[in-house]
Amino acid sequence: MIAVTSTEINTIVTEEKVIEIAGLKKAFGSNEVLKDISITLNRGENLVVLGKSGSGKSVLIKCLVGLIEPDAGVLTILGKDIATLNSEDINILRKKIGFLFQSGALYDSMTVIENLFFSLRQSKKMSKNEKLKLVKEALHSVGLTDVEDKMPTELSGGMRKRLGLARTLILKPEIMLYDEPTTGLDPITAREISELMLEIQSKYKTSSIIITHDMACASITANRILVLKDGLVAATGTYNELQESTDKWIFSFFN
Amino acid sequence: MHPTINKVSESITTAFRLTSEVQSKPSLLYRFFSGVAMFALFTGRYFVELVKPPYEFNELLKQCYRIGFQSLQLVGITGFIMGLVLTVQTRPTLAEFGAESWLPAMISVSIVREIGPVITSLICAGKVSSSIGAELASMRVTEQIDAMEVSGINPFKYIIVTRVLATTLMLPILTVFNDVISMFGSLFGVNINGDVSYNLFFAQAFAQLSYTDVIPSLIKTVFFGFFIGLIACYKGYYANKGTVGVGEAANSSVVITSLMVFIIDVVAVQITSLFIGT
Repeated sequence: MIAVTSTEINTIVTEEKVIEIAGLKKAFGSNEVLKDISITLNRGENLVVLGKSGSGKSVLIKCLVGLIEPDAGVLTILGKDIATLNSEDINILRKKIGFLFQSGALYDSMTVIENLFFSLRQSKKMSKNEKLKLVKEALHSVGLTDVEDKMPTELSGGMRKRLGLARTLILKPEIMLYDEPTTGLDPITAREISELMLEIQSKYKTSSIIITHDMACASITANRILVLKDGLVAATGTYNELQESTDKWIFSFFN
Repeated sequence: MHPTINKVSESITTAFRLTSEVQSKPSLLYRFFSGVAMFALFTGRYFVELVKPPYEFNELLKQCYRIGFQSLQLVGITGFIMGLVLTVQTRPTLAEFGAESWLPAMISVSIVREIGPVITSLICAGKVSSSIGAELASMRVTEQIDAMEVSGINPFKYIIVTRVLATTLMLPILTVFNDVISMFGSLFGVNINGDVSYNLFFAQAFAQLSYTDVIPSLIKTVFFGFFIGLIACYKGYYANKGTVGVGEAANSSVVITSLMVFIIDVVAVQITSLFIGT
């Protein structure tokens, strides 16, 4: 596996906005999780979102793919306001977005290879050989070999994350949304996953929002970091800028 | 795709989302009515997705195999015992009136009209609905359904439509199988204390059976199958509360589908009496 540093990646970040969130609000009953969030994601950029548990980080990215409906706000993805899209257009847009779930969300009744084929089931024009080639390529790109016929339950935590990544990469997404990609992994595997995310950014030219608590992951992957507190954006900046923050609460995150 | 179908589907989905959000309000009455509304919308969405291409034939066949073929053993054994016990217990009463020769006809009519469909449906309410409820709830809590949705795959069509259609198609077939095996159980029961030939037994059994016995009971099982699949899918698809939710979904699927079988049966008997008169 080729190690790619975040400094090298900075060269591919452009000013083009792939995601624009303005005035996003979401409450569950009386609990206001997101009060007024406005964020942009540039093409090629890795944006890490930090915040305490329950601060609405996962809700934020679930709003982006339409798994949770926001109460207010405008969400523009790849130039399209998702509120104006019908279900078919949303499905087309979703194919351009890869989502890595915290739990992996692998289809546990299917083998590894069936999990990957399942993502391609709507690509009717593709032959079986072409699909197989894509499957092998996706498995190779995440460093998984000789596991095709295994069930997801037979895989380790790190392998499950890799498989989850392969399943999203097979659709060649323009945007990746990672929901706590290194949670529950040992430090070595967590580092490998973080480096893999950088590699994906470089190889597939993806723009990513990474939800994490793992500061090591943030330091490896982030081009820019955004901190959420009490449903609002508390700070934004690079890892080094935020590490030197004078705000005690933000400082405590980094030290 | 026809634009009207698409529009109806979207408005149903939107209405469902709105209703699901208000369901968390505490009032019991409000929750009951919003639950009924959600179920109605869920049913409506099923019919919309059912006619909308693409069709998931492979998954439908897989579900038919799981729901139909894999239930044959249980349905068969239960049917045989049911026919046997019914015969053994009815025989002394008929013997008192010297009406033992009516036994095959009486057994065949009661099995085909009522006992076969209801027992088969109750078996499926236990075996199939708990399995569907737990499976879907587990997929929900492990975010597998969300994963399908974000991959641009319609989970409702792939998971719900195939399972509900499979139960609707398989219940009548399982009921016919159960009826046939029950009659063999009855033949065995008759021969425990006597000697009745296969030909004589079935000639007497079929002599009293008519299409007005068979057709309404098979139509009834289509509804049993539809509601067993639909309720189990609904309970599983909208499960929450983690692993507790999985247990609750499986449990409530069995309880509600079993109750529903009896409710539909009462309605079906009334409708049959109204149109056929017996």
